[in-house]
Amino acid sequence: MDFGPYLLLALMEGLVTAAVLALTASGLSLVFGIMRVVNVAHGEFFMLGAVLAWFTSQWVPGPPAVAFAVALVLCPLIVGAIAALADMLVLKRLHYEPEATIVATIGLLYILQQAALSLFGPDARPVPPPFAFRIQLPWFGYSGYKLAVVGAAVLLLVAVWLILRHTRAGLVMRATQIDRDTARAFGINVDRVYAGVFAMGAGLAAVAAVLIVPIQQAHYLMGGDPLLLSFIVVIIGGLGSLRGTLLAALLIGLSDGVISTFFAPTLAKIVATLAVALVLVFRPQGLFGTRAA
Amino acid sequence: MTDRLITPSRRTLLKGMAAGGTLLAAGVAPRFVQAQSSAPIKLGFQVHRTGIGASYGRWYERTATAALKVLNEAGGINGRPVEIVFEDDGTDPKRGAEVVEKLTAQAGCDLIFGTLFSHVVAGSAPRAGELKVPYVICSEGHQLASGGLNRWTLQPGITDVKSQVQSMAPWVTQNLGRKVTMIFPDYAFGHDHRDYFSAAVTAQGGEVVAQIAIPPTETTFTRYFPQIPAETEVLYHVMVGPAVLTFVKELGEFYGSGDRPQIFGFIDSLEAVDIASPGLEFLDGTHFWEGFPRYRQADAGESETFYRAAVGVDDNGASATDPADISTYAHMFSVWETLFTIRDAMAAAGYQGPADRQKFVEAMEAMTEFAEGNDHPQGPKVFNGKTHQVFGLQSISKVEGGRLVRVHRTAMEDGFYPDEVDYTTTSF
Amino acid sequence: MRLDRALLLHLAVLAALLALHFAAPPYHHSNIARIMVLAIYAMGYNIAFGYTGLLSLGHALLFGAGLYSAGLLVYHGGAGAAVALAAGVLAGGGMALAVGLLALRTAGVAFMIVTLMFAQAGYLTVLYFGAWTRGDEGIVIPQAARTIAGLDLASDAPRYLVALALFAVALLANLALVRSPFGRVMVAMRENEERSRMLGFNPFTVKLAALAVSGLYAGLSGACYALMFGYVGAGLVSVQYSILPLLYVLLGGAGTVAGPFLGALLMFYLIDWASALTDAHQFVTGAALVVLVLFAPKGILGTLRARWLRWLP
Repeated sequence: MDFGPYLLLALMEGLVTAAVLALTASGLSLVFGIMRVVNVAHGEFFMLGAVLAWFTSQWVPGPPAVAFAVALVLCPLIVGAIAALADMLVLKRLHYEPEATIVATIGLLYILQQAALSLFGPDARPVPPPFAFRIQLPWFGYSGYKLAVVGAAVLLLVAVWLILRHTRAGLVMRATQIDRDTARAFGINVDRVYAGVFAMGAGLAAVAAVLIVPIQQAHYLMGGDPLLLSFIVVIIGGLGSLRGTLLAALLIGLSDGVISTFFAPTLAKIVATLAVALVLVFRPQGLFGTRAA
Repeated sequence: MTDRLITPSRRTLLKGMAAGGTLLAAGVAPRFVQAQSSAPIKLGFQVHRTGIGASYGRWYERTATAALKVLNEAGGINGRPVEIVFEDDGTDPKRGAEVVEKLTAQAGCDLIFGTLFSHVVAGSAPRAGELKVPYVICSEGHQLASGGLNRWTLQPGITDVKSQVQSMAPWVTQNLGRKVTMIFPDYAFGHDHRDYFSAAVTAQGGEVVAQIAIPPTETTFTRYFPQIPAETEVLYHVMVGPAVLTFVKELGEFYGSGDRPQIFGFIDSLEAVDIASPGLEFLDGTHFWEGFPRYRQADAGESETFYRAAVGVDDNGASATDPADISTYAHMFSVWETLFTIRDAMAAAGYQGPADRQKFVEAMEAMTEFAEGNDHPQGPKVFNGKTHQVFGLQSISKVEGGRLVRVHRTAMEDGFYPDEVDYTTTSF
Repeated sequence: MRLDRALLLHLAVLAALLALHFAAPPYHHSNIARIMVLAIYAMGYNIAFGYTGLLSLGHALLFGAGLYSAGLLVYHGGAGAAVALAAGVLAGGGMALAVGLLALRTAGVAFMIVTLMFAQAGYLTVLYFGAWTRGDEGIVIPQAARTIAGLDLASDAPRYLVALALFAVALLANLALVRSPFGRVMVAMRENEERSRMLGFNPFTVKLAALAVSGLYAGLSGACYALMFGYVGAGLVSVQYSILPLLYVLLGGAGTVAGPFLGALLMFYLIDWASALTDAHQFVTGAALVVLVLFAPKGILGTLRARWLRWLP
């Protein structure tokens, strides 16, 4: 294949990766930014979203598009509720101490993974896409659904931004982020804000998974990669900075697509991984962050 | 009366102790005799219940349980009933070694069998060798036949990957094309395919025009497809892990209904996956290696019917009770056949207990051929006692209307290669 | 070192382990040998994390440096086990220095991620050089090569005793380290970096030294694993093996000398026991972690120290 189309394909693939990553990572970033909690179980919330989407596709009759629409609404809500429960029962009692929450969320990771293995089983299960059309370019074919995923992710991210910037809930969240104690003094129920933020972070991971699951498939071990990549994105973007997270997702998604097109794939992964580490070493505040972490 | 019970006199105490002693002696003696005659033989089974091998593990456990029932109904081993102790190894090599320990030292198993994933085998085999306990694997890995393991490790139930791959090459080059591009995961299993298939294709006068190694952490593949050279006549793919569906779907999107090379793959990618899954329509007309054809073929014999019924698999390779639960049919026969080979080797060795473990290994090394039948439903086998490896017949199937139909069965000689080790000359 | 109750306690632990060599049933005997080897790794992790406050998520790289240096030297280089063991220790320390020089420019969460990334790169490197490492499948070290000073590490008794000897050295060295002036500087670094800087200590040097010692421990443990259990594979360098020592340390008690061993011991038997009871043993592990962090956040020895045993090092 010629260089031009080759690059085009790499960029399109990178864009899809970036879109899903942006959603997943923004959930992690939100939780870290507002609650200062490093949520190791974030990947499992992603996995739960995909697994629940599969269950929905089995239970909801009619064309796949209907089940997909139901999953898109229902899965983030259920996963969000589970996350809120975890926050109230565990994280709150730990007073959000960094080390304690890391251990607790590792525990949560095991519990959720086991629950998925026991209730969903060890097999990878496909979920039909809401629509299937293939775009035939002169050089190669491409999934129309993948492009729709990019569009949907952009819409969802705009919605998140609007909520944070222009609603009272967003205002309360930002106030809590800046100064928890003052927020409490002004009558904000910080506990409720935290539970809500944790739920929203998990919900974002779940919605990303619902979008991706017709492309990949649901599997109980699928949470590992999104967790690692989201971590990278959040750090590169500058901890807690949503704008940075989005830019970093774009950067990582696209470079991952492009680099692995031109090098031996595993070598490319090694190079990319080291590059991320070095960026952090020489700019610990992230590429787009301003404050020290 | 009650007083005496609470504060026994010295005399009654002595009497009681004596009685207990007699009881104890009486209890021990018959049990010992029993061990010679009818105490069960215990076989340990390393099962991948959790971790990446869980899809396989579930079916391996079912197959072993079914085979055990048949075995015990036919009189067990050496007239003794047989038990299988299953222990989860988490598909992890470190835990694997611990499980070998647990099954041998704690559960008191006579031997251990059933392990599939080759890294668990590599992690466990050293411990089995140290404990001097027979370790009868069902793994396909070439590490055993290459001389990498030890005398206590044997593989009498399934052909190794080198033999499988090599026996595919003649048919592929003669029927699909001579210019091959290979796509494989960038780890040991993939490298075996790369090395042995490339060599075999070259020997057949073909050519491997590109080798695309995919990092095992990858979840999406489209970006690698442009690396497939345009001159490619055959695309050879072998992927494992949960991302394989994505791989096939993306390949379908990439080529669409237009011109595409012939496609040949290893069913390992799609074990426990329904060929009729949404997105897999693209596979129609492509070919697969199968260890044992998942869909019951028109010429299937009685022994296969018997095997399917016993394990609880329907004619489509799914669970007889749940058509959506697809088996790992191409591989799991190895557990069944291994159990019956163990029975025969124990019979030949006159196996009585752990003291006869070495005799058991020697008896198995002396075995040469297994005939097709209820014990070996997949087909006849040739066992090489020097390399501890069995050889069998492989199938090539074509996907037609969402079913796999066998189009070729290899000859036994197709899979032979010169011995790389002679375990019978190594020490126990 | 002063012969006080702290030293006596640790000597008593070692004596008990020696007694177990004669008393433990075979299954537990061999488990404890394995646990001691992994406890060395956890002790090394504790020196960085528990005492110096460096929360690394990439220690598998240091463990792997020892594992692969020893394993590959024996397997491909035909080296003796003693040479391989020494090489493994040095490789762990050297790798820690190299990682530290870069990663210690960061702190907190960024440090976690940088170490995680380095370890991930190490894991992928093992896969990339599959021709030598056999990647995920790994290589089996031949039994004949696993002999050190005439002691056959593939047989149970010598293996246990060698593991115990190395464990004893590691434990006592750890005790000496944390009671030395340098050990106090390490803790000062954890508690208040700015203040110790004002007292004239260079945080970078102190942390680098602590990390290097931590690497020596991890390298020793990795080399022991290769030589004593005969298996070297990529799975042992994966991210789980970075999490493992963290769990051991947190369970046993971060910043306590005997905590890592206690944690490794309990974790092993928790999993072993749970897998006998139920298929869902991951659930048991997860629940144990959550319960632990809720009700004994300082780990077992940490809680004991806070409540009763103030003198516990």
